Amino acid sequence: MRIEKHPILTFEKGRKVKFTYNGEELEGFEGEPIAAALHAAGVKVLGHSSVHKRPRGFYCAIGNCSSCLMTVDGKPNVRVCIEKLADGMKVETQQGKGDLI
Amino acid sequence: MRTTDVAVIGGGPAGLSAAISAASLGAKVTLIDRNDRLGGQLIKQTHMFFGSQKQHASVRGVDISGILEEQLSKYKDNVEVLLNATVLGLYEDGVVTIEQGEEKYFKIKPKAMVIATGASEKVLPFPNNDLPGIYGAGAVQTLMNVYGVAPGDRALMVGAGNIGLIVSYQLMQAGVKVAAIIDAAPKIGGYLVHASKIRRMGVPIYTSYTVKEAIGKDSLEKAVIVQLDEKWQPVPGTERELDVDVMCISIGLSPLAELLWQADCEMKYVPELGGYVPARDEEYQTTVKGIYVAGDVSGVEEASAAMVEGQLAGLCAAKNLGFTSPDFEARRQDCIDQLNTLRSGPVGAKIRAGLEKLLG
Amino acid sequence: MLEKTGIPTEEQLKEVTPSKERLSRGPVAIIECFQEIPCNPCYTSCSTGAIKELVDINEKPEVDFDKCNGCGICISNCPGLAIFVVDESYSEDKALIKLPYEFLPLPEKGDMVKALDRSGQVVGQAEVVKVVNSKAQDRTPVIWIAVDKELSMRVRNIEMGV
Repeated sequence: MRIEKHPILTFEKGRKVKFTYNGEELEGFEGEPIAAALHAAGVKVLGHSSVHKRPRGFYCAIGNCSSCLMTVDGKPNVRVCIEKLADGMKVETQQGKGDLI
Repeated sequence: MRTTDVAVIGGGPAGLSAAISAASLGAKVTLIDRNDRLGGQLIKQTHMFFGSQKQHASVRGVDISGILEEQLSKYKDNVEVLLNATVLGLYEDGVVTIEQGEEKYFKIKPKAMVIATGASEKVLPFPNNDLPGIYGAGAVQTLMNVYGVAPGDRALMVGAGNIGLIVSYQLMQAGVKVAAIIDAAPKIGGYLVHASKIRRMGVPIYTSYTVKEAIGKDSLEKAVIVQLDEKWQPVPGTERELDVDVMCISIGLSPLAELLWQADCEMKYVPELGGYVPARDEEYQTTVKGIYVAGDVSGVEEASAAMVEGQLAGLCAAKNLGFTSPDFEARRQDCIDQLNTLRSGPVGAKIRAGLEKLLG
Repeated sequence: MLEKTGIPTEEQLKEVTPSKERLSRGPVAIIECFQEIPCNPCYTSCSTGAIKELVDINEKPEVDFDKCNGCGICISNCPGLAIFVVDESYSEDKALIKLPYEFLPLPEKGDMVKALDRSGQVVGQAEVVKVVNSKAQDRTPVIWIAVDKELSMRVRNIEMGV
């Protein structure tokens, strides 16, 4: 779902990096939001709501709405729509609300 | 504690313009934005802007961002730009607290500030409106136009205002099919030239239609739309099922006014301007002395108006601190005239009605 | 009705259409902008003075068809992509239409493409005569197509393929 050619824009991308999503190895571009890399890999469900366990996806793209919270490198509640992808990142679906400590 | 003359919060079209004009009068400006680049939502606007040359008409929004940054760079001696910096709070003593990155936390005490935090997208209630695949239209614009990722294969656009029409067109430019554009209102709200250009691509526009429900297990698979009568009530039997894996919600914006509430600015509820907006004077100063506003946070409007509001607020904030120039009065008046012109036609009627309520 | 469907009515189109005589004389700009919006690049981009000055930028544009030479510079300057040039003097049975097209792939000279009306319906075939995509157009290419003369006022878009 990467846009290869665009009539108006050219996309400057970082270098290709590998990361894992729930243990599965995926590729993305360094510096793009984690959610963009997941989306490009066809991952639309980013987590589940804490009470009703309803699927949650990418909604606002600017770090406002909290729909995209995931666990990244062990840290919970990361807004993956604005958190930049780095080589070797471990991205996981968050269970529950995430502990602060 | 760090000090500055004018702190500008938000580096979109309004904030950038405010920073440029305040700096042009010689004020020391600190421009603060939570993103890693300036431009706000301009960076995803691939379409040409309307207005006149003064508001960069016929230039694509994404390029206007670059033009403004270049203008700002002329004043690099008295402008400090803080990126990845989120303003956390405004305190009674005029102190602004900022978190920059994940490690830095500090305070600034500006002599004046321009709050240009913009707006966020409204949500629409309907069954399963939280399914992945349902996005804010602006979010899809960011995903496609900033990051180069298409949201899916086939989209339903909910809302035929300018954002809905423009994003529909941009979806098609990104190779995504648009099944339909719907709007609950009986008429298209956006500019009709935008509607015509998407219509001639074969995309139907259904006015007086809303979303009845979204269907899907883990993500959106279908959307059911239904016609509304004159009283905006669903007409039984008019349901249509559309096979879509993307739904974009574009039913309006509401000002991101949290900082204004914190600062105890007087707020008024004006639906025509997007919700709660700050009471302000002609110079865009709120009821709290030294706090100015510009752009969507002061009332949701087109970006061309946001840029002019920013210029005006930046000029006046600096002037009231004692910075001036021989042409100050002419520039101030030019901004006011530009805003009046942009709002004077039939499409400005809603804004005018809102401003009438706000300013009395 | 335009406000409901995005498609202008016959009456609205009549207001902005040059006379048969003018159309037969050569290329001329037709501005399908039916709403007063604050916008004036059509006027500021016109080098022949054919688009009347918009004293108030909310006014609808008006073309002096006798001054307009159909150069088409306004086409890619219009933020609404609402301007087309029609030339009924193109050949015995074909009219030339110049229209904005911001999609990929771009057609090439000599291609046969589908000719679409204002609702996106295929109403015929068009031959691509020229693709103009200069730097000054800033990524709004203008496609010149030849269509059957009777379609000159109906065709306003193209789709790749036949």
